[in-house]
Amino acid sequence: MLRHLSIAFRMAVVTIVALGLAYPFVITGAGQVAFPYAANGSLARDAGGKVIGSHLIGQSFTSDRYFHGRPSASDYDGTRSGGSNLGPTSKKLAEDVATRAKAAGGAAPVDLLTSSGSGLDPDVSVASALFQVPRVAKARRLAEDAVRRLVEQHTSPRQLGFLGEPRVNVLELNLALDGKR
Amino acid sequence: MPVPSLIQAAVLVVLLAAVAPLLGGYMARVFSGERTFLDPVAKPVETFVYGLCRVDARREMRWATYLLTVLLFNAVGFVILFLILVLQGFLPLNPQHAPGMRWDLAFNTAASFVTNTNLQNYAGERGVSYLTQMLGLTWQNFVSAATGAAVAVALVRGLTRHESKEIGNFWVDLTRSLLYVLLPISIVLALVLLAQGVIQSLSPNLVATTLEGARQAIPMGPVASQEAIKMLGVNGGGFFNANSAHPFENPTPLTNLIEMLAVLSIPASFTYLFGKYAKNQRQGWVLFTAMLLLLLAGFGVMFASERAGNPILTRAGADQVASATSPGGNMEGKEARFGVGGSTLFGEMTTAASCGAVNSTFDSYTPLGGLIAMLNIQLGEIIFGGVGAGLIGMLIFALLAVFIAGLMVGRTPEYLGKKIEGNEMKMAMVAVLVLASSILAFSAIASVTSWGLAGRLNLGPHGLSEILYYYSSASGNNGSAFAGYNADSPLPNLTGGIAMLLGRFLYLVPVMAIAGSMAAKKVTPPSAGTFPTTGALFVGLLIGVILIVGALTFFPVYALGPIVEQLLMQAGRLF
Repeated sequence: MLRHLSIAFRMAVVTIVALGLAYPFVITGAGQVAFPYAANGSLARDAGGKVIGSHLIGQSFTSDRYFHGRPSASDYDGTRSGGSNLGPTSKKLAEDVATRAKAAGGAAPVDLLTSSGSGLDPDVSVASALFQVPRVAKARRLAEDAVRRLVEQHTSPRQLGFLGEPRVNVLELNLALDGKR
Repeated sequence: MPVPSLIQAAVLVVLLAAVAPLLGGYMARVFSGERTFLDPVAKPVETFVYGLCRVDARREMRWATYLLTVLLFNAVGFVILFLILVLQGFLPLNPQHAPGMRWDLAFNTAASFVTNTNLQNYAGERGVSYLTQMLGLTWQNFVSAATGAAVAVALVRGLTRHESKEIGNFWVDLTRSLLYVLLPISIVLALVLLAQGVIQSLSPNLVATTLEGARQAIPMGPVASQEAIKMLGVNGGGFFNANSAHPFENPTPLTNLIEMLAVLSIPASFTYLFGKYAKNQRQGWVLFTAMLLLLLAGFGVMFASERAGNPILTRAGADQVASATSPGGNMEGKEARFGVGGSTLFGEMTTAASCGAVNSTFDSYTPLGGLIAMLNIQLGEIIFGGVGAGLIGMLIFALLAVFIAGLMVGRTPEYLGKKIEGNEMKMAMVAVLVLASSILAFSAIASVTSWGLAGRLNLGPHGLSEILYYYSSASGNNGSAFAGYNADSPLPNLTGGIAMLLGRFLYLVPVMAIAGSMAAKKVTPPSAGTFPTTGALFVGLLIGVILIVGALTFFPVYALGPIVEQLLMQAGRLF
């Protein structure tokens, strides 16, 4: 019993050093050397090098001049990820969706009216982006066709042709819009 | 037809069927102590570890000693992790200044990670430091998975040896599963995830100025190293609160596929390893087939239910019809890049495999979709299940199935040529009952006490589902949640922690006893009266026993929770 307790303690110390310290430090080093862009958050920067967000993390857009992302249960706060957790028969969920539909001007694609699982979803469906084209075009006094083409240019197809869903990265689309000005 | 979603599922199944024999054959060599291609690197380290820890690697253990060493190692791990959690406020690598955990939350979290459950009553971003994530949680992600692997191999030895007293050496099984299986694959996996966009940095959170001029925090942390073993070890504890829905944990549909494959690989390989030890691969493939059929059936129901969507949302103005430009379906709590297909596939895999990871929030699933997640856990995490733990649970059901078949034809039941007797059946029933009684008793108590009811986010039948899910996930060592249920107060933390410890360690006592008694038995050659456990008939019988045990135990509470809620949802009733 005592002999095995002593082995248990030694084994715990050996594994904690190897797996809890050495392993993550080695991966951190390898990541910083081999994949510095990804390891540091796939950051988007402005012309002056200032960080304006991450290509992988959604941000809040409220102006009519920008495409909006999905509703977020955490208001796109990077330190509070998570979904609404409202159940299918939740009164609050039904009211929230109805309010958002009203703000969007009537029935809209489901992903534009429901909050994401992470609260930081960077994408919307292609349908949700196209749905917003008239509003954005009007606010920017651009031709709808030109804005629609921009959406098409920023549509990512299914990965490898069958994985996931076609989608539009909202930050990248809005950056392109600003570049068009 | 939702063709891409089905192709995605089919590709996963094909990859799984290809990985199982490759990795399973390799693991069989690892646990038999045979030479492997990693020997030039790993063998010297292994010898060094045995020297450092004073392990006598040649000496095997009887079942009671094996069980004792498992419990001792995990008790030491529990105490160390508890101390890290309570003291993290004073320790380095804590750029966001996470304070030490309250004792009840630390108890729950330590129990959660030591038992390979990874239920999280804290939020990763604010509740734990980088040091805790690495030193405490990544470490336990490795060793709790290795413990599961070791115990499963010990049971397999018990079933396949004859007239033997020993079932292996826990220290050797633990060391070899870490050194030859979990660590090398994790390193490769972490680098692949990094290449796709998972972060790995020790910097504090960044602050960005968004296009609209607001300030947004961008979280940082050593994520990829933890993400790899979180999935491979079938642990599931997210670095972030949103778990695998978070774009920094699971950035692309490809990482989604890789993470699912990582979860299922080792549990599936264990069925092949079992066939190898039994010297009859069909014994392993039979278990694999039963698991796969249950997995696909669960996915079918979950996918169909989420794709059909929620009529209440349609009335509120949401267009849930799938088209070429929209995934459609119930998208509340799901990510646009995964859609309903990638979310439900992930949800089915992780609840079946006792991995607490989620890439969508189950609390917001349709009632039937959520029911499948619950059912997967309540059947005992045997549909591939955890590392080792899944094979153990399935073998217990195999013993039950053989016994029931024996009763039906009036012969002494046999498995792998050994007689199944009263002792083994008593132990198998204890194992089955530990799980069911922990789930139902704790849920029943919590649903009639103020402390149990206080944490509900949703009311009506969904509130009962939240409570039931919490204790199912804890007892079944899954770790996912109907996360609206806030269990971070003393009594839910304590009862949940106890449920996790019972579901893991009390369960192990009868399992190890079975391993010991089966190892000692003689093998009798098969006769005309032997019920063959290698054919389609046995697959059917096994699935039947699993479903009958699960359905009879849990149907009453389903009727009060998800089933009635599904009907109320169709009728448009709100709570």
